[in-house]
Amino acid sequence: MSGQIDPRNVIITGVGGQGNVLASQMMGQALVQQGLVVTIGETYGASQRGGSVMSHLRISRSQQWSPLIPEGQAHLVVGLEPLEALRVMARYGNPQVLTLTNTRPIRPLDVIAGNAEYPELEVILSSLARLSQKVWTVEATEIALAMGNPIFSNMVILGAMAGLGLDWFPLRRDSFQEVLGLLLPAKAMASNLEAFDRGQAAVQALPL
Amino acid sequence: MSILSLDQPGRTVLFMGNEALARGAIEAGVRVCAAYPGNPSSEIIGSLSQVAEELGLYVEWSVNEKVAAEVAAGASLGGLRSLTAMKHNGLNVAVDFLFNLSMSGCRGGMVIVACDDPLALSSTNEQDTRPYAKMLDLPLLEPSDFEEGKRMVSFAFDLSEELGLPVVVHSVTRFSHARGNVTLGAIPRGQDKPFFDASQGVFPKPIEQTHPALHRKLRQAGERVQAAGFNAYLGPASPELMVVTCGSGVGYVKEALHNLEAAGRVGVLKIGGTWPLPAELLREHLARCQRILFFEEVDPFLEDNIKAFCAQEGGALAGKTFYGKASGHVPDWGENTPDVAITVLARVLGIGYQPPRPAAYAAEAAELVAELATPRTLGLCAGCPHRATYWSIKNALALDGRQGFTFGDIGCYAQGRGPSGFGVMKTMHAMGSGAGLADGFGQLTRFGAEQPVLALCGDSTFFHAAIPALLNARYNNANLLMLVLDNSATAMTGFQPHPGVGKNAMGQAAPKVELAEICRAIGAEVVELDPFDVESTTATIYGLLQDLQGIKVLVLKQECALLRGRRQKLLYRVAVDPDKCRGQECGCHRFCTRVFKCPGLIWDPAAGKADIDEAICTGCGVCASICPAGAIAREAV
Ligand SMILES: Cc1ncc(C[n+]2csc(CCOP(=O)(O)OP(=O)(O)O)c2C)c(N)n1
Ligand code: SF4
Repeated sequence: MSGQIDPRNVIITGVGGQGNVLASQMMGQALVQQGLVVTIGETYGASQRGGSVMSHLRISRSQQWSPLIPEGQAHLVVGLEPLEALRVMARYGNPQVLTLTNTRPIRPLDVIAGNAEYPELEVILSSLARLSQKVWTVEATEIALAMGNPIFSNMVILGAMAGLGLDWFPLRRDSFQEVLGLLLPAKAMASNLEAFDRGQAAVQALPL
Repeated sequence: MSILSLDQPGRTVLFMGNEALARGAIEAGVRVCAAYPGNPSSEIIGSLSQVAEELGLYVEWSVNEKVAAEVAAGASLGGLRSLTAMKHNGLNVAVDFLFNLSMSGCRGGMVIVACDDPLALSSTNEQDTRPYAKMLDLPLLEPSDFEEGKRMVSFAFDLSEELGLPVVVHSVTRFSHARGNVTLGAIPRGQDKPFFDASQGVFPKPIEQTHPALHRKLRQAGERVQAAGFNAYLGPASPELMVVTCGSGVGYVKEALHNLEAAGRVGVLKIGGTWPLPAELLREHLARCQRILFFEEVDPFLEDNIKAFCAQEGGALAGKTFYGKASGHVPDWGENTPDVAITVLARVLGIGYQPPRPAAYAAEAAELVAELATPRTLGLCAGCPHRATYWSIKNALALDGRQGFTFGDIGCYAQGRGPSGFGVMKTMHAMGSGAGLADGFGQLTRFGAEQPVLALCGDSTFFHAAIPALLNARYNNANLLMLVLDNSATAMTGFQPHPGVGKNAMGQAAPKVELAEICRAIGAEVVELDPFDVESTTATIYGLLQDLQGIKVLVLKQECALLRGRRQKLLYRVAVDPDKCRGQECGCHRFCTRVFKCPGLIWDPAAGKADIDEAICTGCGVCASICPAGAIAREAV
């Protein structure tokens, strides 16, 4: 990790059922494997779908930080859902924050019920652009659906995070693969790794 | 193999707080683990159940927390090390037994993990369980990080065995559900054969012996905890402020001092063993300065007890200025965070703190989010059987027309009080209370009550606590209609099996207890239906309400959509026929999305028609039967 900034703060956010918790656990486990000290704080209620779910990752060279990021101190925001990426900015965003987001909307209950509007994707992305130093987008759900199951979106996003090439976020494919072996049944290895690779390729194909 | 059972001493892994506690038990040679699930505690026993076979442990999901504590204590009386874990409400259920156990004592090391949920992130209420340890006269330990959590549980087993007393380890959601680095230790393989010495009984009486002995043991516990190094002072020799903190507060205070660049001015007294109070430690370090700030979550447990201690001690501990909940500096409800700690410390230290981002940025972000980001109301999953049930209850009560209502309970179906259950559920208290409340209201017909009342609960809740209420209703001749929402799981807390499922915690086949048979044995008329058949369910509820004499139970059996989704994605392939969908125009006015509100249904504003979101729909097919225009077609998969 470069510079003196410690800890580095990452927020992975999405909607219940998107596999947010597993994604942050895998990433954290991989980084611990690489010798870092990681704390993850999870904000989720019950197992029901539909609520906002947010993981705070504190990545440090030396210390076990608390599981919650203080106001305005996110370095990287990762959205499994675009509106959730935006929502996080109210409390944790700052002009230097980097943002990576899936583009596929999941509509809140009030939108389904016709009591509220879901903004156009372009509006969400332009708002994110105003609030971030840089924004990357990945069609993670579409990539996952092309693989046959939307559940892979979270692994696509993890691959995309690794593909950003941030020097302070050194997630390596080999440690990710080792973690897959540790946490998932053997038969899930190939597909999850494929999702990771596709995510990495997708973000690397974006214009600089 | 699982990460929890990795036999690689010295390796560092990332553990959830609950896994760290479970690993502490494993490294201490625990043999028997029993619990009833409840967030945030569920993963302690949940993760142990997955390594039970491999490590030769016995792990069970018990029907409730009192029984779980008794199972653990039974093993302890047999000389084995045992663990039970529960959420705060669960401790309420178990304490009747525990108040007796603390006086009778136990034998093999026994650890009780009590997990609180400040701010009730996944609970019905907010409660601080720490005062229970004081009432029970049991040692209380509060870990502040993951490694310490593991070490504390291991230590707690030794302490328990030494004292012949259960030891309480306290956690909160932000510990249990957070993750952090833990270095693995060795896993012992226990070989002791269980034995209960039947030549002597184990009783809480005679009180003149057991209660003073308990107090002696507790004093001994204080000395042992101090020696174990869980209490520590960090800071300058003469700080201008002393922060007394424990558990999650330790990390938040560290974070605050880092942000305020005030570590050189402030002392931190971290207390790991919060009951009994560490008297020597307090004497030594509170004397360092005049101003004391207590930073802890929910109740002023340390604050009240340490103030009383200072008053009693006098001398160098007299005349302090205290900051905390009583002084209004620290919130006396909800959870603490680094930001709360920053605010409190900045105020007490007189530092003007600005978050490290421009105010204009914060204002713009807040504005954009308020304008664009509709909040996500929690709801039932797409295809959840509970939605179909609520739909039927709503319609049956409307047909009935006597302003009937539903007393509810706790589980996923508690969403029935909100939009995804059409606001049908009108009460939510302790597990099993819906049946008890309905039982009580059902007695009011003698005073002229005319509204029909329903009680509902889930299958796991039924076994946990609803049976006595049903029995009571039968015995006392109440008129009661009870719905049991049987989704073959304790879904809310992570799909744990229960007596009705035919599987135990370790994944082995288990005898299946038919809840309908229990109801029949109590004397109830029982009807069993599939809630996805909304027509029959509605008609049946309506029919049962018309002639409500005695107790009737409607068992609505349909597997939790998420559980089914793990095996089989869809029951039906569902599609909207845009030609038939009347959209905004018709009398139904987007009936399916506006009123039924399953997240699998979406509204296509461009076409002005409803549609199905293939990434979300679980194919229950219920919407096909509610669409008034017959525009939703379903085809069995
Ligand atoms: C005394 C107590 N123990 C545990 C809990 C945690 N808890 C809440 S609801 C619930 C059970 C849910 O299972 P079920 O009744 O089958 O409903 P489902 O969620 O499956 O719909 C549990 C264990 C609690 N609230 N109170
Ligand atoms: S987890 Fe199961 S029971 Fe709970 S809301 Fe989802 S589908 Fe319904």
